[in-house]
Amino acid sequence: MMATLSTDISDTRDGPWGQTKVLTALLVTALALILAKAIGILPEWLNRIPEAAIPPTAQVLDAIFNFIQNDLGLIYVTRFIAEGPLEFLLDTSANLLEGKRRWPYLGPIPWSAIAAVAAVVGYAVGGWRLAALGAGTFIWTAAIGQWKIAMQTMSVIVVAAPLAFLLGLVLGIAAWKYGWFERLLKPILSVLQTLPFFTYLLPAVIFFKVGPTAGAVATITFAIPPMILMTTLGLKKVSPEVIEAGQMSGCTRWQMLRHVYVPAARTEVLVGVNQVIMLCLAMVVLTAFIGMPGLGAKLLAMMGSFKLGRSFEIGVTIVLLAVTLDRMSKAWVLKQPVHFERGTPWWKRHQISLVALGLFFGFTLLAQVFPILAEIGRKQHLSQGKEIDVVIKSFLAIDAIKGTTEWLRWFLNVKVLIPFRNTLLAIPTPAFILLVVSFAYWVGGRKPGIYAAIFFTIVAFSGWWDRSVITLYTVISAVALATMIGIPLGVVAARSNRWSKSILLACDTAQTFPSFIYLIPAIMLFGVNDVAVVFSILIFAAVPLIRYTIIGLSNVPPEMTEAADMSGSTRRQKLMSVQFPLALPTMAVGFNQAIMFAFFMVIIAAFIGTQDLGQELQRTLAGTELGKNFVLGLNVSLMALTFDMAISSWAEKRKRALGLD
Amino acid sequence: MSASAPVISAKNVWKLFGPSPESYLKSLAAGRSFDEIRADGYIAGVKDVSIEVARGEMLVIMGLSGSGKSTLVRCFSRLHDITGGTIEVDGQDIMSLTERELIELRRNKMGMVFQSFGLLPHRTVLDNVAFPLEMRGQDRYDRRERALEVIKLVGLEGREEYFPRELSGGQQQRVGIARSLAIEPDIWFLDEPFSALDPLIRREMQDEFLRLQEMLGKTIVFITHDFDEALRLADRIAIMRNGAVEQCDTPDQIVMNPATEYVAKFTEDVDKARVVHAKGLAKPVNGHALEGAPINGGSTIHELARVLVNDKRILLPVANDKGVVTGVLERDTALNVLLGAE
Repeated sequence: MMATLSTDISDTRDGPWGQTKVLTALLVTALALILAKAIGILPEWLNRIPEAAIPPTAQVLDAIFNFIQNDLGLIYVTRFIAEGPLEFLLDTSANLLEGKRRWPYLGPIPWSAIAAVAAVVGYAVGGWRLAALGAGTFIWTAAIGQWKIAMQTMSVIVVAAPLAFLLGLVLGIAAWKYGWFERLLKPILSVLQTLPFFTYLLPAVIFFKVGPTAGAVATITFAIPPMILMTTLGLKKVSPEVIEAGQMSGCTRWQMLRHVYVPAARTEVLVGVNQVIMLCLAMVVLTAFIGMPGLGAKLLAMMGSFKLGRSFEIGVTIVLLAVTLDRMSKAWVLKQPVHFERGTPWWKRHQISLVALGLFFGFTLLAQVFPILAEIGRKQHLSQGKEIDVVIKSFLAIDAIKGTTEWLRWFLNVKVLIPFRNTLLAIPTPAFILLVVSFAYWVGGRKPGIYAAIFFTIVAFSGWWDRSVITLYTVISAVALATMIGIPLGVVAARSNRWSKSILLACDTAQTFPSFIYLIPAIMLFGVNDVAVVFSILIFAAVPLIRYTIIGLSNVPPEMTEAADMSGSTRRQKLMSVQFPLALPTMAVGFNQAIMFAFFMVIIAAFIGTQDLGQELQRTLAGTELGKNFVLGLNVSLMALTFDMAISSWAEKRKRALGLD
Repeated sequence: MSASAPVISAKNVWKLFGPSPESYLKSLAAGRSFDEIRADGYIAGVKDVSIEVARGEMLVIMGLSGSGKSTLVRCFSRLHDITGGTIEVDGQDIMSLTERELIELRRNKMGMVFQSFGLLPHRTVLDNVAFPLEMRGQDRYDRRERALEVIKLVGLEGREEYFPRELSGGQQQRVGIARSLAIEPDIWFLDEPFSALDPLIRREMQDEFLRLQEMLGKTIVFITHDFDEALRLADRIAIMRNGAVEQCDTPDQIVMNPATEYVAKFTEDVDKARVVHAKGLAKPVNGHALEGAPINGGSTIHELARVLVNDKRILLPVANDKGVVTGVLERDTALNVLLGAE
């Protein structure tokens, strides 16, 4: 494998410094360092960077932030935004949805009215099934007694998502229009996309004051990058003839943008909207960590006190909300305009809007008469939290189940995770960096190799080396396990059309769940320890692996598999020598995503109790150590980017070599 | 402006693609070939083309893909800025126009039809057709009126409310044609308008197009890679290769007297009798004694086959459509064309 890979992708410009030679040199040096340590002749300053040599980055950053915040007065600007327009919007939505006592003092809107409108919207974009989903989600939420907390979450989303959309659209257009702006934005976006969410939270809290405003700001920042990317992508893809048709119609520049470019990029823009909504939901749930009330906070509290039944119910609510928002916005992407026959009367053209309005006011009025349609009270709801709790706990207490989970826990912990972690921690820092660099260089080529060296050196000098290694160890073990499970599963599923379809659907659905959800089964099965952490990351990371394996295998051109069949290859031969090589670039994308997801999840898993960067990050949230928060976040981001660059560069080269895409 | 002045007049037009085309063109030695220019790292999209289009004329630009025909027409409408030479439209140098003036020119004088239609997917047929009118700020009522008129003209009545994707390819191109005609342009550019259509539909659309042209009498620049289509439609054909015009002449002349070997290759398989007209083959009267009824100069040799075979005269008088004798046709020459004997 290694031989074929390295000949395939070796950079011909390397000249006498061929790839193999460089790799050998890197690996030999690393091994020498490890050996030296093993026999005890390695000086301590080569094992770990001495404290004295570590620059006070956090303090310097703190000073800079202080300067910007107080001396330059940025805090007044941000606080103005927070207490002015943003708070106004949030208060308005909070009043309407959950009945917070603020202007316009109209809310809360009865749950039945919202459920009815959701049903109509679902019907409009996707027919009866989505109508049922929309209504069902909101009826469940109300019936289970979580209406208020769900609306606390929604009231932030309905403000954050449109703002993120608008900002993303404008920035995306600017990036498409001005090359220099795109070049400036690209690296910032890739850092933003790998930055752990805790790093979004603290500055938001400091600059935009605790509460919904900070939550909204963090959410918006988190959701903008994909919107920018999708907008730019869509605008670049507009067919040249459509552009020329616009020019020949005598459009001014503004008319071009307004009437030609943006509408023609509709699909990509709407895909961006979908992503904005999903990221907003994921983030809003996570703002629980800075004390934002809502579904996330409740879930956090319930999990903290090991109330599995209630956690499960809240999990279902979050999942239902996610699926509804996702399906509806995706259906909107696919929905193409359909004409009305000439002479269709006004009310028929606007039938759906009229029905929605009618139902909304109808239920609002009905709710005045029947209070149960307005609000389901404490005693009335159908929550079975305690009963489910008992069921789950007694299920877990069944000997066979308990035996299995306990054995798994013991096996993974004692035989796999701990030895692996100790090994990684025993490697001297320079050797570790060299190993990572050789991996990046072997996989991605020279540029990713150089970046790996720079990025990991920065991590080494950040003063958080051991915690970074532990983070990396969790990521690697989880992704390795996920690969062992995900790829065979994908291969098997890809054999039949029906299976691959339903598993793809399951994966797509699972990907819409806010990451937080994955903690629930992990904690249920394994309690609070390292295995639960790895397990939650594992399921989170297995999803893209399975997904891209299936996509990659089923996108192999049929004439190639047919050629293999006609050459008399067995199923196994076909898989190994035709399907895998062609699917590998796509599968690499999945692998890359799995690693990115793992880096994201490992930070959240701090909640379970880890000893990595995430734990430290979570601690910073309680205080005002912005500098430390940034250093920690950047470490995660740099490590993630190293892998991202190496693997995507490999996938791209490979695709080009195979003439795919 | 006199009626005889050309509508479009291009002189020594160059369009080079590459890192710094202008300075490269300045240093370019005369007579450098397309391949030599390419070796220097530039692509000559349009290479030293001089051509004129007269009012009411239909000029067909014919060439294989990559020959520069689409580039040339985009230079005429200034969708591309040219690298060298001049292009005048109605006597005005279009490279000197400001953005505003250019927009005005396109809003009032030019219409263009595209190979893949270039329709706006989010607008109905009516809104697509009315789009250029909307852009120039006509009010809603006016533009609806005019759009319905052109939609009727191209035979799409009753489909005004449809969206492009609800129409067949042929219908979509009718929308494209209607849109390009909405502003009543003087100059009509058609960039391979029928290439994306099935052969049967293509034929039907060509007939439709000829009908429209008969009615409207626009100045037309029509692009095609289909030599038969060019012969069928053109007043004059310009054959392009590697960015340069190989020959620009009437279909009769191109078929009878191809200027280069490249052009000759195209004409090889053409049934010349169906292309060449009596007037194209006729010689000046020059005192020949003519007798008997004249034949119609506008007929093709193929159409005259029966007369040519049965008539016993050696020289046949040729008349224009008003019946005035304008030339003389040697029956033998015509028979040679008819029999493909040269």
